[in-house]
Amino acid sequence: MPDTSDVIIVGGGLHGLSTAIHLAKAGLNTVVLEKDHPGRHASGVNAGGVRRLGRHLAEVPLSVAALEVWENIDDFVGDDCGFSACGQIQIAETEAELAQQAARVEELRTLGFEHERLIDQAALRQIVPALARHCVGAIWCPEDGAANPYRTTQAYFRTARSLGVRVELGAAVANIERAGADWQVRTVRDSFQAPVLVNTAGAWGHRVGRMIGDDAPVEPAAPMLMITERVEPFITPVLGAAGRKLSFKQYGNGTVMIGGGQRGRAVPERNIAETKLAGMGNSAATVKALFPQLGPVNVVRCWAGIEAIMPDVIPVIGPSKAAAGAYHAFGFSGHGFQLSPIVGRLLCELITEGKSSLPIEAFAIDRFDNVQSS
Amino acid sequence: MAVIGAGPAGLVAVAVARQYGIETALLDEQPRAGGQIYRNIGAADEAMTAILGPEYAQGRDLLPSRDDPGRHDIFGASVWQITRDGGIYYSHESGASALTAEHIILATGAIERPMPIPGWTLPGVMTAGAGQTLLKNPGLLPQGKVVLAGSGPLLWLLAAQYGRAGVDIAALVETTPRANLHRAALKLPGLLREGELLRQGRALRRELKRLGPRHFKDARGLRAVGEEHVRALCFTVGGQEHEIPCDLLLLHMGVTPNVQFTRALDLPHDWDDVQRCWRPRSGPGGATEISNLRLAGDGAGIVGARAAALQGRLAALAVAGEMGEAVANAVAEAGNELSRRLAARPFLDRLFAPGAECLDPPDDTIVCRCEEVTAGGIRDLAARGCRDVNQLKALGRPGMGPCQGRMCGLTVAEVLARSLNLPIEDVDYFRLRWPAKPVSMHELAMFAEAEDA
Repeated sequence: MPDTSDVIIVGGGLHGLSTAIHLAKAGLNTVVLEKDHPGRHASGVNAGGVRRLGRHLAEVPLSVAALEVWENIDDFVGDDCGFSACGQIQIAETEAELAQQAARVEELRTLGFEHERLIDQAALRQIVPALARHCVGAIWCPEDGAANPYRTTQAYFRTARSLGVRVELGAAVANIERAGADWQVRTVRDSFQAPVLVNTAGAWGHRVGRMIGDDAPVEPAAPMLMITERVEPFITPVLGAAGRKLSFKQYGNGTVMIGGGQRGRAVPERNIAETKLAGMGNSAATVKALFPQLGPVNVVRCWAGIEAIMPDVIPVIGPSKAAAGAYHAFGFSGHGFQLSPIVGRLLCELITEGKSSLPIEAFAIDRFDNVQSS
Repeated sequence: MAVIGAGPAGLVAVAVARQYGIETALLDEQPRAGGQIYRNIGAADEAMTAILGPEYAQGRDLLPSRDDPGRHDIFGASVWQITRDGGIYYSHESGASALTAEHIILATGAIERPMPIPGWTLPGVMTAGAGQTLLKNPGLLPQGKVVLAGSGPLLWLLAAQYGRAGVDIAALVETTPRANLHRAALKLPGLLREGELLRQGRALRRELKRLGPRHFKDARGLRAVGEEHVRALCFTVGGQEHEIPCDLLLLHMGVTPNVQFTRALDLPHDWDDVQRCWRPRSGPGGATEISNLRLAGDGAGIVGARAAALQGRLAALAVAGEMGEAVANAVAEAGNELSRRLAARPFLDRLFAPGAECLDPPDDTIVCRCEEVTAGGIRDLAARGCRDVNQLKALGRPGMGPCQGRMCGLTVAEVLARSLNLPIEDVDYFRLRWPAKPVSMHELAMFAEAEDA
């Protein structure tokens, strides 16, 4: 006899657990199937940026709503998740970059969003005195910040379980079939049945999608992060750059985390991601260009995690195209961490009310119908 | 052919490869050849060689006797990444460099097993290996009262070496449980086949008796006490409390393979339940699942210097064989000698199997020194649902410091496995990624490349 519930969620990362928390609060009996453990891949090993700054326009309303949850994240998951509103800043190194930033800030303003602020060189130097002198200005979001990804994942995990959600670990999905109006999901050990299926399987999301007839061109990638030895505190906000791949953050213990999109090699078949020296070299070169004083500082640790990248680098969020009673949220393309509190809420609304309170049309899975699948 | 590590295995591998005309590069972190066991052998004077003893002096035979243009020895080179296609990246005084080899032999040796007793992080507490390193180069002898504690052949050897040099040894405190001797006795025939080792062991014991430091056996519940600095070692023997004042406490609990490179290469590892450590999987000639990469010496499983040298020979012969040389006779000869040398291992492994002290330390004992994580902290995380060491690392930070878990990896896994009552294989080992050693931004930036389109 299969285990029966109201909803089966495939993927126990942040989006799956957030969805489970919202569904459980709405009174639905929910099971989460996780092939490893929560936080094994993108949810646990990302840079922890809580960032509205620089979001794709379609993501902005979701991101703005998500920050409101982050500001009281303890109310949501009973833990501060290491969140600190240390600010996020995106620097411009040339007048041309600054002009583009000005246009971006203006565009957001016409859409009714004022969280991104353009600042000049003097203001930038005040916020990041250690930055190389050639930088001319920045976009500044002082309310943004950063949190601890693994701690966040664990808080979501604990909260989901305390609300009665059953999270099955080591439960890789083997196949999904229809059983009347229900979905029947077989894992390596057990069988589960429910009328509603949610796919939050991250870099494996397209595989789960295919099992129910939806195709989406996901490219598994392996964003890399490096951590330095401890150095004297010299920067407070999380720093990115308009013209470079960079996400730069100093922690309270003095270590500096360097990420921002340099990629290693994802090997989803072996469930691992390898670092690549050229990418680490590029990150180091970027750091030296912006903070020359860090040249002698040692990198003590690097890692990479498997993440799903979509061709248009925004996620799939919404109902299945091929089948009734199925929903997707995957392919966050390296910036899903901040969105996790809100995506679960929107999926819960879709499931319980049939509609989302925020616009999600841009994330429909059928937007790739004319795109060659990879 | 590139060899990483200039201890007995690496030095012999290079010498053998040169006999077949294979061009070699030998890289080692130290300024001179010798590895840990023969550290500084080329520069040690007669007086120091006499203190260190005849086994140390044997290392001289491994040094090259003449200049050889086909042999490139690169000392002071800290290798921090190797790739499956033969790339080797390293730092030395003038910055970072890279080289490519058709064949790589990893001869990275052993590291000391940490012995996390309460108070082991106090100033004045070191490992016996560190004490011996200072003795070999720069020839430093400890001042004041010294206590040596733990288990393993190095403890006896260092006690004898210090004794010869006139160091004031307040006590030799052995933790080896008597039960180990009974387990080891079953493997006595193997020890008897390796006559040289048996003779060395007996000679050491006689020498220690003559030198006469207080000798405690089967000691339990070791604690280093002191406020700013270690003041004494406390322990019990047969229920009786002892407190031995000391200025320097040297701890030792045997050695384990250094698996940082083989782990970062994602090679398979097997658990050794007697020695309680992981061993990278390798076959004849040190072959691994990476076709151009071989292992030799203690890095592939603790075998001791003489057997390590034979493994270095066999690995280099295998490379020569792949290049079309006729090596079958030489391989058979070295293989026979190796199996004779290895015959004593089952006895030694059982006798010096690590004791409960270092596998299950009290709650307030620091396990990960870089991030100051205690055994109790690990048990708390286990109680909160951590199922493997990588979850534990993400949540509690053990293994996240500059040493990347080289020091604490085994202890963290032992403590977690015991708290969960799971076999150690189930809690796994830290996932390690390159670089294996700290590398500066300057050095990393030398490997920047134009980005992919």
